[in-house]
Amino acid sequence: MSNPSSQRHPPRLAARFLHWFLRDDLAEEVSGDLWEHYQQKFHAAGRLRANLGYWYQVLNYLRPFAIRSFVISFFMGMFKQNLKISFRHLRRKASLTWINLGGLALGMMATLLIALWIHDEFTYNRQFKHHDRIAMTMQNQQFGDHIRTWNSQAMQLAPALRDQYGRYFDEVVTTSYSGRHQFSWQDKKIIRSGNFAEPGIVNLLSLHLLAGDATALQDPTSILVSTTTAKAIFGDEDPLGQPMSIDNRMQVKVAGIYEDLPYNSSFNEWTFIAPWELLSTTENYRDRVGWGNSWFQVLVLLRSGIGLEEASSAIRNVKKNNIEAEYAARTQPQIFLHPMPKWRLYGQFKEGINTGGRIQYLRTFALIGLFILLLACINFMNLSTAQAETRAREVGIRKTIGSRKNQLVGQFLSESFLTVILSFVLAMLLIRLCLPLFNQVTDKQVQLPWGSPFFWLISACFILITTMLAGSYPAFYLSSFRPIRVLGALKKPKGIFSLRRVLVTLQFAVSVAMMIGTLVIIRQINYAKDRPVGYTQDNIITVPIKSPEIMKHYEAVKRDLLQTGAVQAVAASDVKMTSTYTTNSGFYWEGKDPDFSEEFRTLRATYGFGDLVEWQMVEGRDFSEEYGTDSLAFILNETAVKYMNLEHPINTRVQWGRDEDARQFHVIGVVKDMITTSPFEEVHPMIYVLHYGSFIHYLNIRLRPESGAHQALTAIEQVVNHYDPDNLFEYQFFDQEYARKFSDEEKLVKITSYFALLTLFISCIGLLGITTLVLEQRRKEIGMRKILGASQQQLWLLLSSEFLGLVVIACFLAVPISYYYMHSWLQHFNYHTLLSWWIFSLAGLAVVAITLITVSIQTLRAAWQHPVQSLQSN
Amino acid sequence: MVDHLGEFEELMLTMVAILDQEAYGNAIVQAVKDQLDRNVNLSAVHITLYRLQDKGLVTSEMGGATTNRGGRRKRFFRITNAGKRKLNELQEQRLKLWKMLPELKFVVR
Repeated sequence: MSNPSSQRHPPRLAARFLHWFLRDDLAEEVSGDLWEHYQQKFHAAGRLRANLGYWYQVLNYLRPFAIRSFVISFFMGMFKQNLKISFRHLRRKASLTWINLGGLALGMMATLLIALWIHDEFTYNRQFKHHDRIAMTMQNQQFGDHIRTWNSQAMQLAPALRDQYGRYFDEVVTTSYSGRHQFSWQDKKIIRSGNFAEPGIVNLLSLHLLAGDATALQDPTSILVSTTTAKAIFGDEDPLGQPMSIDNRMQVKVAGIYEDLPYNSSFNEWTFIAPWELLSTTENYRDRVGWGNSWFQVLVLLRSGIGLEEASSAIRNVKKNNIEAEYAARTQPQIFLHPMPKWRLYGQFKEGINTGGRIQYLRTFALIGLFILLLACINFMNLSTAQAETRAREVGIRKTIGSRKNQLVGQFLSESFLTVILSFVLAMLLIRLCLPLFNQVTDKQVQLPWGSPFFWLISACFILITTMLAGSYPAFYLSSFRPIRVLGALKKPKGIFSLRRVLVTLQFAVSVAMMIGTLVIIRQINYAKDRPVGYTQDNIITVPIKSPEIMKHYEAVKRDLLQTGAVQAVAASDVKMTSTYTTNSGFYWEGKDPDFSEEFRTLRATYGFGDLVEWQMVEGRDFSEEYGTDSLAFILNETAVKYMNLEHPINTRVQWGRDEDARQFHVIGVVKDMITTSPFEEVHPMIYVLHYGSFIHYLNIRLRPESGAHQALTAIEQVVNHYDPDNLFEYQFFDQEYARKFSDEEKLVKITSYFALLTLFISCIGLLGITTLVLEQRRKEIGMRKILGASQQQLWLLLSSEFLGLVVIACFLAVPISYYYMHSWLQHFNYHTLLSWWIFSLAGLAVVAITLITVSIQTLRAAWQHPVQSLQSN
Repeated sequence: MVDHLGEFEELMLTMVAILDQEAYGNAIVQAVKDQLDRNVNLSAVHITLYRLQDKGLVTSEMGGATTNRGGRRKRFFRITNAGKRKLNELQEQRLKLWKMLPELKFVVR
């Protein structure tokens, strides 16, 4: 080696570490060898490499053969000792420990649940291989003053896209909307939901075929079924090649089986895929469906390398260029692409512009989740410090006896570590218990990712961070006390407490805001529920008509149904009264502005429909068989009269269609506005017209209230099956259908109210903690006051008012924030309640009351305490 | 009877024999690097040397202090008679097996 003066020192920390753990008899030679090695490396590779190498070598000596035996036992011993003392300490203050544990566990649970939910939403529609290249075509159309956005398209669109813009796309696929269809195989009948689609769908969805042929859909008599559907129909038999019928109208054979599509995707209802060609031929679409009938979906798979924006703007005028000039000028149709990853979270359009959608809820809940976690951590910190304060003496004694600072830090840290670990375990248990409920409320199939290392990594980080947050103050602050100071008079560290007050105020502001939010949502739902629907929904069922036989023998069916004695009235219609989503245009009447692009909802029904739903005529008369001319009669609703700007609606002539298709109608009556779509929206202009033809899809049957529903349904089923023996009988109740319109909002109410309660609970825990702490410190003061003549009420008021003040400030903080937020939420609904002041005051009062109860538990105890006890020196 | 030696143990034993009077930890690491172009860990070398000592194949004693090791002394290892016998034995075994091999030719396929 070179001369000693050119010698470099290896990293001192590493060397010290080495000497700390290395067996004494090895120390001499090992450090010598390492030193030498270091010098060589230094000359060969430079300082950094040498240092790293040295550390590497040192760490390599962490082997059982080289480690001092006491190092092992020291660690185990210290840890065991700490754990034992921690357990004892936790047990001694059992109630506080449980509050602390429970609060933190609840916070962790809430945050984790929200995280799982958000993760699930963000993975929605992303399991498909080409998901970043799949898009749905949408269209904007001008109606009156408004632009409406639809995702439905004409069947002519896909061929036009393929011919004129083929270079942008790998696949352009027309599909039907998912619908329920009946399969008959041998004697078995089963109803499954699925779609009719063009063959390109296989490539678009990168469908994973388990058996059969991927090109099957090119043959209009072949069908692909999912594994679940195959299992449901064929059981254990081999499905391939099996012949069956769809809705007793289409004959197909099974040509392939594909793996079930993921549940959290827009394709989760695609449990079978039948050829589009088959549907189109059976329904005779080619002859009767034009550019004006937007009844289908068109999906595209972009060619790789083509940007969505580029393709979207290229195809903008594809519809406009292919339709009549007058129609184009009136509706201004614009086609654009909506990418698959955005379908779910950004599904809302207003005046042709994307305005977000579900993502807003997600953001809100992410914020709530973070807040809850933060609150839980803050509380945990508050409570552990509150307890630690009272242990200052213990620290003093320990130090006097000879405890080192490090040992105290270790003690406090292992205590908070123990609590955090226990609450994590508790949170996991709670989640296991709550997941089924949570999945039910959110309509999901979320699972805890037990197997995911990422999940455990996050959990471990979280545990460590919480431990440090909660344990650091007592650990480092208390352990630095000088024994003489602690064992003497206790000094109040003021700064921390004011910070703590701010945190408690913040907590309560969040809880109040969440309570206000929940109240507003509940009120909005009730407001919409209380809205008069304008017709009766009781005891009415709709039965889908699945066979043409029923309408062929309509009068006989009606007679038989009435003869069962359980039925009061029967009428058929094209759509359900509770969801009239069919729109029509092409109406002309005297005084109509030629530029006015109108859109009416229409409902076609048979005689007697009005009586069945008990609608109320405002003017004119209902359809009646006594007049022979009613097949060309309209009944309008009040909104339609206003929309058409008619002063005397009765007998107004209205032309529907143009040229050779034109038919002349006249208005015979005006009916009161009814809610036939969403109860949150304004009523649409509506036209009712008589119809007995192929558009009719439902029988509406009103049951006699005195006959039991079960008996009535059996009787009806017998009649319907008599005329249509091949199809399964199905029915729905009007009122249940209507109630389902609130399900989204009710889901929201459930979730927000649960989380609002949680935040409130966690905040109360925080308050309880800080009360305990403050009262502990003012024990002597309270005793003195009592001796000097303060009454219990005075003391209670004095002590409680301080905390009440915080909560009142919190309310004042929460009101403007929640007002702003809920006001903008309500704007999503056309029919919405107003934010009245009582909601805010109710939430505020409730929180103040809860606070008072929480605080009083502690303050009353302090006020009742005998002064002798508190003044006695401990 | 000494039990079976692992590959690394055998290498260490050979190196101690080769370095004769100068066999200590870092020297062995260097020698392995120079002769076989192989990087070995000091800690691994140490463990193995102590294991060989337990088996009675090497002995060791501390040397004098030197300046160029930060004042630390070296532990020199020396091969014992048992160790030498073991090396011989290994060599003979290998030769025996070697002779049993059919002609070892590299064939160009």
